[in-house]
Amino acid sequence: MSLIEIKDLKVHYPIRSGFLNRITDQVKAVDGINFNIEAGETYGLVGESGSGKSTTGKAVVGLENVTSGTIKYKGVDITETNARHNVKYNQNVQMIFQDSLSSLNSRKRVLDIIAEPLRNFQHLSIEDEKIRVLQLLETVGLNPDSLYKYPHQFSGGQRQRIGIARAVATNPELIIADEPVSALDLSVQAQVLNFMKKIQRDFGISYLFISHDLGVVRHMCQNIAIMNKGRLVEVGTREDIYENPLHIYTKRLLAAIPEVDVVKRQERQQQRKEIERVYQEESSQYYDDEGLPYPLVQVTPTHFVALPKAQLIDQLK
Amino acid sequence: MAEENTLLKLNDVSTSFKIDDAYYDAISHVNLTVKKDKILAIVGESGCGKSTLATTIMGLHDLNTTKIAGQITFENENLLDLNEEKMNDIRGAKIGMIFQDPLSALNPLKRISDQIREVLDYHTTMSVTEKNDRVLELLNQVGIVNPQRTARQFPHELSGGMRQRVIIAIAIACKPDIIIADEPTTALDVTIQAQILDVLRSIQTENHAGIILITHDLGVVAETADEVAVMYAGEIIEHGTTLQVFDNPQHPYTRSLLRSMPQGDSDVANDDLYVIEGSVPSLEKMPQTGDRFAARIPWIPAEYHEERPTMHVVEPGHTVRCTCYQHFYFKTLEDMNI
Amino acid sequence: MWKTILRRVLIMIPEVILLSILVFLLAKSMPGDPFTGSINPRSSATQIEHLKQINGLYDPWYQQYWNWVVHLFHGDLGQSYQYHEPVTNLIGDRAINTLWLSAFTMVLTYALALPLGLYAGKHEGKLPDTVIRIYTYVTYCIPFFVILVIGLWVFGYVLNWFPTTGSVSPTASGIGMIGSRFLHVLLPGLLGALFGTVNIVQYMRSEVIDAKHSDYVRTARSKGVPRKDIYKHHIFRNSLLPIAAFGGYSITGLLNGSIFTETIFSYPGMGMLFIDSISYRDYTVITALVLLFGILNLLGTLLSDIILSIVDPRIRIN
Repeated sequence: MSLIEIKDLKVHYPIRSGFLNRITDQVKAVDGINFNIEAGETYGLVGESGSGKSTTGKAVVGLENVTSGTIKYKGVDITETNARHNVKYNQNVQMIFQDSLSSLNSRKRVLDIIAEPLRNFQHLSIEDEKIRVLQLLETVGLNPDSLYKYPHQFSGGQRQRIGIARAVATNPELIIADEPVSALDLSVQAQVLNFMKKIQRDFGISYLFISHDLGVVRHMCQNIAIMNKGRLVEVGTREDIYENPLHIYTKRLLAAIPEVDVVKRQERQQQRKEIERVYQEESSQYYDDEGLPYPLVQVTPTHFVALPKAQLIDQLK
Repeated sequence: MAEENTLLKLNDVSTSFKIDDAYYDAISHVNLTVKKDKILAIVGESGCGKSTLATTIMGLHDLNTTKIAGQITFENENLLDLNEEKMNDIRGAKIGMIFQDPLSALNPLKRISDQIREVLDYHTTMSVTEKNDRVLELLNQVGIVNPQRTARQFPHELSGGMRQRVIIAIAIACKPDIIIADEPTTALDVTIQAQILDVLRSIQTENHAGIILITHDLGVVAETADEVAVMYAGEIIEHGTTLQVFDNPQHPYTRSLLRSMPQGDSDVANDDLYVIEGSVPSLEKMPQTGDRFAARIPWIPAEYHEERPTMHVVEPGHTVRCTCYQHFYFKTLEDMNI
Repeated sequence: MWKTILRRVLIMIPEVILLSILVFLLAKSMPGDPFTGSINPRSSATQIEHLKQINGLYDPWYQQYWNWVVHLFHGDLGQSYQYHEPVTNLIGDRAINTLWLSAFTMVLTYALALPLGLYAGKHEGKLPDTVIRIYTYVTYCIPFFVILVIGLWVFGYVLNWFPTTGSVSPTASGIGMIGSRFLHVLLPGLLGALFGTVNIVQYMRSEVIDAKHSDYVRTARSKGVPRKDIYKHHIFRNSLLPIAAFGGYSITGLLNGSIFTETIFSYPGMGMLFIDSISYRDYTVITALVLLFGILNLLGTLLSDIILSIVDPRIRIN
């Protein structure tokens, strides 16, 4: 049994219009996706803005109403009433956000920020709470004197670590990390990513790592899903996705990453242009009549791609 | 004096900001040359002064709270000596600027056509119809599929990529000699980023402009720039052709930055990224003498740093600040802690 | 757009009904009735009792309410107990006076506040800004009625520049009447504007400062647009946006202000009528006025939303 099993998850938003404000259409932010997260792994969810990746993350943590489908945590469907409470889901699943400044309450001290989940779920005495928060600060590599400071007194990387300290306070089993490093400088990004890996090794935490940065995802994730228009277009191991991408969308994303290889840049630009041409001109072969990705089909035991049979055979040649 | 292709020359330029009655250098003693037909990248992390460099060239600082020293030579004039009126003749016409956040950089209450036409109003003598035609032509040039429609729209009706194209259209409207692009793709998706960089490259070849590309993204630099200047704490610490800097980086900071990038072949479970110790000092705490990067490589003995670091020639066209680069080595993994 | 406005107006209906019930009950629950003060000191208790009976004061509240509503729809707001005149007539005359005064105050307020706010924001931190800010702080600290009383005393009685009571000189006629009317609203209007500008000046100032440091102004500067044109084409218009939205609400403020102004200046408008009818427990007038003020409030809010949706392309009320 996986830690998290997501089955046919849909999150649709109604669009209201007309005189009586009736529901006339729907935005299918997440439109039927399936994936599993194993205990102790980092699962990568990749897509561009508007792909539905953040909505998926929020649905998993419970910040978004699920239209249909199931999210099973240790076999219990947490979309059902009361289920969440029974398995202490809110305590065991936490979230880290991209913008650490706006996701931390600017009027609260670091002590109160980190202690908040503790106060919600564990009823510690004031001394014990302080000891626990100091422990957490040490884990994330911040000074004990940070305790009584406010978020704006820290740098971006430090704030992100405060966010992580808050997320790990209740010893969660899963952390949803939504673009945790995209607002950070390269050198700070390295610190935060290392730290995320360290607490994973130390506490066996799983991550759902949501990002648009394929370089960072490759560094962090063993299993990856590529999301496009609310659906998954390709799922596989890191090797499947990076060595043998099959869907044009995956190829296009990979080709778009600029690389620090000056000698090959001409070549890469050519390659990118060619993939872009295929994407523009032959998109009907990769997407259905409505312009949406096809259902996933299995290619190897680990590798799935959203292509019709004929196209798939073509790709595998 | 100057080479044939030189468009703009920065000579010993320093910009300092007033904080509580004292002035602090945001950029110190910068020397740079922008050449025709070339893309010069200024790369560094937030707070290194790269954006201040752009706004200094454009003359966008409030001189009541900012001190600027040195010379910025453009068409045989020092831009720092020009009054506001003369600078307005240059801004938008001869030097165009592209900004990072394409949503806030456009006036939310004005139609796209009006915002592009505004540049033409001040720098050309075109008739109204000519201007309207030019607006459509520009939108077409930056790759907007339906220029008529976009021209009538408001900024919030466009996607991020489209808005950035509009910003570029504004910057190139008067065919400037120099385009300064400050983090032009940071707010965009990678695929859109690739498209925007394509647009920039095509404009450069069509207009023969010199481009200053300011970015923190080493990949963007490696794929786009002809020349690179790496900045740390307000100073240029390494400068050379893109190939020189990326294939043979010399300064400890450049080498550390490149090393801290995620690599493809790492082991997911165990491999950590290289971390530069410490953090960038704030403006007020910036050391004013000695090697500003020294504090972040404490295992390199002090005697290897210069007291007043200068640029040293590694090979023709490739320079690096401070002698410490000759003695730098990476701290071994065992004694590194996060 | 029209659809949306219509929908908004329809939504207002239950709000107005609720308001009217509240207003009616509130007026009923006030201590005393129009006969407590007694119309004629010689009226006997039985006579008063009889008067109460025929005026329906002993009917259950919902029946009284229903009668009131039915009459309302016939354009009959009832009879004032104090003035022995239909409430509609009573309000009609005064509404015009109040409209005069309010419109004048409003025009004056904006004519003063916008340039002051723009100027202060433009010269942020310099002497003119400091002077304007001191003016706003000082005015803000003084209660409105104190400003009115001092103004009335200094300019009305001591200097004798302006008339101190009424809405028009009883002897004036023809062109002179218009002049006289104007003269009568001048001082209360000026004082009202003096007070009303405070919020708008501060609002405008901070909007201008925000706009000045915004990215789109930086873009305009990098286009080579001269500073004065940047103020004209970008900063002024964008700063006006929230002020325009504020416009609808300021109607409400003016009506509230009119209660003070009219009472102190003995200006025969709705505000003075309101205070008078409260002291006489003239509740047919009170309910009519509160209802009217309430509806004007709702309309002001609607107006604000409509103005905003017209000037701001980002907001389309759908």
